Amino acid sequence: MGYRLGVDVGGTFTDLLLFNAETGQFWRHKTPSTPHDSSEGILNGVGAITKEAGVAAEEIEYFLHGTTVATNAVLEGKGAKVGLIVTEGYRDIMQIARSFVPGGLAAWIIWPKPQPLAHLEDTVEAPERMGADGKEVTPLNEDALRVQMRKLKSNGVEALTVSLINAYVNGAHEVRIGEIAAEELPGIPVSLSHEVLPEMQEYERTLSTVANAAVRPVVSKYVSNLRRQLEDRGLKGKLSLLRSDGGLMSSEKAEEHPVNILMSGPAGGVTGALWVGKNAGLSNILTLDVGGTSTDVALIEGLEARRIRTTEVGHLSVRASALDVKTVGAGGGSIAHVPELTGALRVGPESAGAVPGPVAYGKGGELPTVTDANVVLGYLPEDLLGGSFQLDREGAKKSVQTIADALGVGLMEAARGIIDIVNENMFGALRMISVQQGYDPREFALMGFGGAGPLHVNAVAKLMSSWPAVSPVSPGVLCALGDATTRMRTETARSFSRLARDTSVADLTATLDEMAAQTRGELLADGVPEEELISAFEVDVRYAGQAFEVPLTIDKAVLDADGIEGILARFDEEHRRLFTFNMDTPHEIVNLRAVAMGEAPALPAAELPKGNGDPVAAKIRDHKLWMDGAERDAVIYDRSKLRQGDIIPGPAIITEMDSTTLVENGCTASVDAVGNILINPEAEG
Amino acid sequence: MPAQIIETNSTPFKPIEIDPVTLDIIENALRNARIEMDATLVRTAMSPGIREQGDAFPLIADPAGKMIVGQFGSFIDGFLKGFDGTLEDGDMIFLSDPYSCDGAVSHSNDWLVLLPVFKDGRLIAFTAMFGHQSDIGGSVPGSMPIGASSIFEEGVRIPPVKIWKKGEYNDDLMKLVMHQTRKPDWCQADLNALIASCRVASKRVVEMAERFGDDVYVSATQELLARNHRAMKTLLSQAVGESPVSFEDYLCDDGKGFGPYKIKCTMWREGERVILDFDGTDPQSVASINFLLNENMFKMFFGIYMIMVFDPQILFNDGFYDLIEVRIPEGSLLKPKFPAALSGRTHALGRIFDILGGLLGQGTPEFLNAAGFSSSPHLFYSGWDNRAASEGEWFQLFQIGFGGIPGRPLGDGPDGHSLWPGFTNVPNEFLERYFPMRIERYSTEPDSGGAGLHRGGNGIHMTYRFLADGNIAIHDDRWFVPPWGVNGGHPGMRARKVLERADGTSEIVGNKIEDVPVREGDLLHFITWGGGGWGDPLERDPELVGLEIRQGLVTPEGAKAYGVIADENGTVDDQQTAALRNEMKSTRGELPLFDYGPSIDVLRSNCEAETGLPAPVQPVWRNTNVREAAE
Repeated sequence: MGYRLGVDVGGTFTDLLLFNAETGQFWRHKTPSTPHDSSEGILNGVGAITKEAGVAAEEIEYFLHGTTVATNAVLEGKGAKVGLIVTEGYRDIMQIARSFVPGGLAAWIIWPKPQPLAHLEDTVEAPERMGADGKEVTPLNEDALRVQMRKLKSNGVEALTVSLINAYVNGAHEVRIGEIAAEELPGIPVSLSHEVLPEMQEYERTLSTVANAAVRPVVSKYVSNLRRQLEDRGLKGKLSLLRSDGGLMSSEKAEEHPVNILMSGPAGGVTGALWVGKNAGLSNILTLDVGGTSTDVALIEGLEARRIRTTEVGHLSVRASALDVKTVGAGGGSIAHVPELTGALRVGPESAGAVPGPVAYGKGGELPTVTDANVVLGYLPEDLLGGSFQLDREGAKKSVQTIADALGVGLMEAARGIIDIVNENMFGALRMISVQQGYDPREFALMGFGGAGPLHVNAVAKLMSSWPAVSPVSPGVLCALGDATTRMRTETARSFSRLARDTSVADLTATLDEMAAQTRGELLADGVPEEELISAFEVDVRYAGQAFEVPLTIDKAVLDADGIEGILARFDEEHRRLFTFNMDTPHEIVNLRAVAMGEAPALPAAELPKGNGDPVAAKIRDHKLWMDGAERDAVIYDRSKLRQGDIIPGPAIITEMDSTTLVENGCTASVDAVGNILINPEAEG
Repeated sequence: MPAQIIETNSTPFKPIEIDPVTLDIIENALRNARIEMDATLVRTAMSPGIREQGDAFPLIADPAGKMIVGQFGSFIDGFLKGFDGTLEDGDMIFLSDPYSCDGAVSHSNDWLVLLPVFKDGRLIAFTAMFGHQSDIGGSVPGSMPIGASSIFEEGVRIPPVKIWKKGEYNDDLMKLVMHQTRKPDWCQADLNALIASCRVASKRVVEMAERFGDDVYVSATQELLARNHRAMKTLLSQAVGESPVSFEDYLCDDGKGFGPYKIKCTMWREGERVILDFDGTDPQSVASINFLLNENMFKMFFGIYMIMVFDPQILFNDGFYDLIEVRIPEGSLLKPKFPAALSGRTHALGRIFDILGGLLGQGTPEFLNAAGFSSSPHLFYSGWDNRAASEGEWFQLFQIGFGGIPGRPLGDGPDGHSLWPGFTNVPNEFLERYFPMRIERYSTEPDSGGAGLHRGGNGIHMTYRFLADGNIAIHDDRWFVPPWGVNGGHPGMRARKVLERADGTSEIVGNKIEDVPVREGDLLHFITWGGGGWGDPLERDPELVGLEIRQGLVTPEGAKAYGVIADENGTVDDQQTAALRNEMKSTRGELPLFDYGPSIDVLRSNCEAETGLPAPVQPVWRNTNVREAAE
């Protein structure tokens, strides 16, 4: 007993990581994803990894899973057909949205018109009205409503959502409509906006409710199917899913509130980085998850990942907590090109994707990509995945030569130019989550993972001055590792919108207690023992009139001791850090949140055997690569043979099954006790 | 006397050859800095106009004042020429008077902050940001009196002054300015936001210079300008012909019963230079609809429209300015003489985008978009909250509305969306929570988008129920001259406003009105214009028309413009549809490139019947030397 299995399903590969909770020993496995039914790939992987580890399926206590099934349902419009009931006069709420057209002046010319998630023909109005003060203005006309509901029924809606104006203050009409729906549309699941998201702003609340309803049947079908198939294989452990905010939720809960797993995929890497950071003794980390088409970045401060209140999926911004993960269209498959008009070197956002892929993969790709530039420069040795896969370096050279010709520079300069530009794009994303939020990147380590993260992490760390650059253990399956090592979590939020000067500690405490009871109840119901439950609270504060709130964590003991003034003092400090000024305007307490968490599993990391500092035993061969304007001698090492304490001078390449780490010229890598590679500039290393 | 820049370090920047990769990296970093300016502003501003709607514009310029990133082009060169004073490290310029900055801001509501960035004793950059203040005093709440006859009625006018002087804050000045406004709290917060935003950008510029070296940074900005110049030169020679093309459109009225006002622009190329000549534009108005158009700003608009089609990844900058010459007749609607009133300039600002679209698209109909800019329709509502539960506080709302986006080569125009970058609507629950009003309807206006193969976006029908007594003002346009369709598409429907009184009476009110008292319980229907249609409506899939009937975007009556006969449920009668389409095809004649709707004379004679409002009277200018001088 005592095994945890983390499974992350990505677009190309399904990653698995089997973790022995007692010894910290782990096994990893990569298997092709099966997009038509991802459980197929999962089961293939489960079979392979249990066999490799010699572990019986029954011994797996927890099956922990990050999935993009909800994300894809939204992005590909494959969610359920959702009927939407809104207040009379608001039928076009999803059609008008926030009237926002992304891009600069004249960008409307090239912006495709979006289709709302709940179709307009499936949106009807309920004659009723609540006031902003929560008092009923117009009672619900039930007869008229029933007529509208029958219309939805004949349209064949598969899920029903109700989102009425001011329901965040008083949800009585929504509740009544839910009751009537049970009569008129029996068997159709109903979501009420004041339950899904009791917050002001009708469009965001409606969108979140609709998104939840749209993905619910898809997620439910997926989860129950997966659960059944795992049980058939003898895997009867608890199935939990990774939430967008980096916590876990039971699969049953995920079926009810799938809006919380929309960004499950990217959250896995960040939680994996947290676990690695804990073991490597790093508490401030910037993460750099480089995939084929895009790169995700996030910020961890004091072993807590930054969270935001919205989840961005495609052009939709859903109100649900998520880790603050920013994505840029820059990855291994990003295509380099030189527009004739400007003669500038552009990399991405177009990507060669998995098919046709980079030229070097020999799958029909013809356009030069970032991967091709890495191959040309010698950063990616020709034999990947332990020799199972040969790269076409000549093809890559030919394609990068087209860029060199267009720019009028040499082949190697062009290749390094492509790498520099893509690194710069990653740098830009990292700045958005660090400098722009008032954090100094020099106080953070930079951790690169995903297939190509360790290739770029050293160079990007140089740009950021974020040291060490870290290539964590098993960088290729860090998401699965994150799935396996995080904790249960749930939260609830409420609009409070009161001026701080009109609020007493007792007011706050009463509401927070109620919210704590609700969240703890949820986790208890999910089987987390009472003694392991931890509660935490957050308040959003702003100067009355601002649009932007600063979330502050609060502790009830501190609240009693320092009062409301204590919160406000912290807000002023944070506001000054972010924006360089404070104001005399009164403070407003905007939202309250309560979080309940299970205990973080105390999972040890397995230690490597101690070495003598000389990595020679892991040396595969000598190598040549192009760096800092010249061809240089380098050495290629086998990561699996490295020992703790090994010191590797750059330039060097460290290969493993699914990833390659590049140590730049002038930098030195060292291997820590549990196998993480930490790279520092020579002078400081 | 031009501004005197005081540098303690007289070493000139050394021009350095920049490799293309470094150049692209610097370009990218500047782009990020600009995004950061926007983000900082929106987060810390307080007036709904900026915080919810994003009515503000950033820029970063080189030491000569040329814009490297931003979107409205740089005014700094003109400012430097006109500023009689010094500029040194620790200074920050604050201004709002359009007449003292060549129209860089075009009405006094836009407050502008300009920060010269010094590094090691040398001027290395400028950063600037301007944003619309909800109230700057003057004769009406919101400070945009449509009937004003001079700028003196439009609130506090701030000539270029130093808000910071050698690092010292000018507290007295700011007290004086804030004393003029009805909303000092908003103005102070929004000004802080503008300043914070400029400071963020200046910090980024200094960091960039530290990273790459000052000489490299400055040389890179010059090369970015040069690159833009080369790109635009190629583009212009391909896209603009040597024989003149003209386009004209109208502002409906001036709020005093006169109109329409014509804006005309003619474009041709002489060698590598393109001339944009506004000769033929009507003289300035005695009311406030004048738009002091900065020539450089218009060059930027023109450039952006060109680039949007060809390489949207190009970073817009001022590098191409000497390839374009803009001629605006003195004393015209677009170059009014001081002290002409300017606060209602939004209508002409909007209209010049339609004109630009029409002008550029004539040669390449496949790139032509229909018309869809009215303006930024405004609603002002203010008073003392006299509801029973309230304490009688002053409230003041300034809200920007949206119409329909035109039909485009790409497809249908979005319904009720913003043509202005970065703008969003204000959540109605926010309005109801903080203002004495209920929004009883917030929907699109069916059939208002012009029919076409690609339908124009519908306008918005927003119904306000006022819960306290107060005054309202409205600024909108496109109520008399419709937004035109293209390539066979029909014009969009026009804007209208209806006031239903609590006593049961109802009246159509004008689209530029002021100081209209409203009582608790009164209802205002604020209906905006639809975008023009694109392409032949008879080619649109009848089933799509049927679907849009079910969606409430088109009515069965409106479907007839597409030659489609369908019932309330959107069920299309194929036979009748085929017959109607045949008949329409055989009688309609050649499809026009532009469909403006009826002529001005016909619009005028039908005005009362169609709009419920008297026709605007043709303005007569006693002093015609304006036109003659231009010729």
